[in-house]
Amino acid sequence: MSEHTSATEPVLSVRGLRKVFGTQVAVDDMNFDLLPGRSLAIVGESGSGKTTVARMIVGLEKPTAGTIVACGRDRSKPARRGAERKLRGREVQIVFQDPYSSLDPRQSGADLIDEVLRVHHDHHASDRKRIVGELAEIVGLDQRQINAMPKALSGGQRQRVAIARALATDPHVLILDESVAALDVSIQAQVLNVLADIRDERGISYVLISHDLAVVRQLTEEAIVMQRGIVVEQGVTADILDDPQHAYTQMLRASVPGPGWKPQRMRERKAAADAAAEAAAS
Amino acid sequence: MSTEILDPVAEAEESAPSRRRLSRIGVIGWVSIAIIALALLLAIFGPILRPFDPNLSDLSFANVGPFGSHLLGFDGQGRDVLSRIMEGARTTVLGAGFVALIAVAIGTTLAIATAWFGGKFDASVSAGLDVLFAFPGILLAVVAAAVFGPSLLSAGLALAIAYSPYVARVLRGAALKERAMTYIAALEVQGFGAWRLCVRHLLPNISSLIVAQGTILFGFAMVDLAAISFLGLGVQSPQADWGVMVSEGKTSLLQGYPIVSLTAVLCIVAVVAAVSFLGERLDASSKDVLR
Ligand SMILES: Nc1ncnc2c1ncn2[C@@H]1O[C@H](COP(=O)(O)OP(=O)(O)OP(=O)(O)O)[C@@H](O)[C@H]1O
Ligand SMILES: [Mg+2]
Repeated sequence: MSEHTSATEPVLSVRGLRKVFGTQVAVDDMNFDLLPGRSLAIVGESGSGKTTVARMIVGLEKPTAGTIVACGRDRSKPARRGAERKLRGREVQIVFQDPYSSLDPRQSGADLIDEVLRVHHDHHASDRKRIVGELAEIVGLDQRQINAMPKALSGGQRQRVAIARALATDPHVLILDESVAALDVSIQAQVLNVLADIRDERGISYVLISHDLAVVRQLTEEAIVMQRGIVVEQGVTADILDDPQHAYTQMLRASVPGPGWKPQRMRERKAAADAAAEAAAS
Repeated sequence: MSTEILDPVAEAEESAPSRRRLSRIGVIGWVSIAIIALALLLAIFGPILRPFDPNLSDLSFANVGPFGSHLLGFDGQGRDVLSRIMEGARTTVLGAGFVALIAVAIGTTLAIATAWFGGKFDASVSAGLDVLFAFPGILLAVVAAAVFGPSLLSAGLALAIAYSPYVARVLRGAALKERAMTYIAALEVQGFGAWRLCVRHLLPNISSLIVAQGTILFGFAMVDLAAISFLGLGVQSPQADWGVMVSEGKTSLLQGYPIVSLTAVLCIVAVVAAVSFLGERLDASSKDVLR
């Protein structure tokens, strides 16, 4: 990836990150730095290891090797104490793909955010109420929706609640793992606009995991392309999308259906990409 | 759910799950609720409200049928049957309730702990439970009576321990499913501790299944406790208890006077049937109330 000459410390820094499941290498030697307010895309085909990277960063999966540093503090090992766990929670947050299982069915959005705030801070009840209201407004939920049980909300509305939950503790990094993929196109656009606005207002950094290259171009400055756990291309998003160097990235870009899209050509490119990967592996 | 995806602006109306759950139980459900309410009232007030001394024996009234205020007549020892039923409701109903409560408490704790921690802990606890699972509750109660002496407490504890693997097994599956939900992962990322996640989020989301298990076990416990008392290993005669009464009524039964045993058996069957019916209803409705 491009070396940053800026004096700013990265909010997230990953070195030699590796994860092995049994005999399968899900992630192999990943390195990147994410600067405050900047955003990074991770793209790659299904099973290439994107979610595994995200889960390691938020501590849901233990890295086999490598280091993860967020906000200057190491998080490569599981947190031992509750205070450390909460501190990490205030540094990096995540929004998952599935809006249906990502909310406790017995808790309204307002109660959920209230609980998160109670766990993290000593706010007065009225302050928490005010923050719940502010977050609802930021993600575009009205009074009724933020107080409704998840059952009474649509997928897009649930995803907004999940975003509000992630923002409740004002994290420095927000990981979006296919967070809008399950929503239909018009709702996707709305939620993406919400995310873009939040970034402008809060200076938060995103790690955006997506199949949608248009979204990647819109929201990120840098990108990583993964294939079978290996980083095959890394750099400025626009460069990678406009002038892909690696055969696999070319294939990925070509696989976005557009004018002149030909299945035949895609298959050829896929074959070429696979051959290149084989050659690289041996 | 799929319609909600297709139509994101659809505003689902405020649902009232509890009302819907109640209206779904039907006439048998309401009769069951009435029977259980009556049994609970008897368990609490029976020993106070009973018309006569349940242990006052007058052999000149042995096996005399109902007359006057003796609505259910007398048993083989000339004791008032109605008074004994009312007196016995307490040990019978509360005894079964105690067994169900302890079994559910142990089973739920084990289920959530194994589902949460997984790995070797889960494997070893589950293996231990499988062994315990092989012991019939009554057998364990007989052993307990032999070791600690026959009493309701030792029989009840033995039954509760014998039932707990059954609860643990059923609830562990549900707890594992809940544990895998992304909302739990999201709250873990928020820094929530295991205790808060298990008690505030996981437990409530399997609570209807827990209640259903409890009611089903209550029925089992009542039958098994009665059988144990019938064998003379639980509640001790002459103390009034429905299981003891079935046993005491044997002699009268052989003499052609079945009302003592029959009344006690009918009481047991009515409460067990009512509780099992409601338990299964709860079990079924718990699956589609929230999602
Ligand atoms: N808990 C696990 N145990 C075993 N293998 C796993 C586990 N989690 C992921 N894997 C494997 O690791 C590889 C990477 O999976 P991952 O979910 O990170 O891919 P992904 O890039 O997110 O794919 P998708 O785009 O489909 O979400 C896959 O081959 C997957 O089968
Ligand atoms: Mg994934």
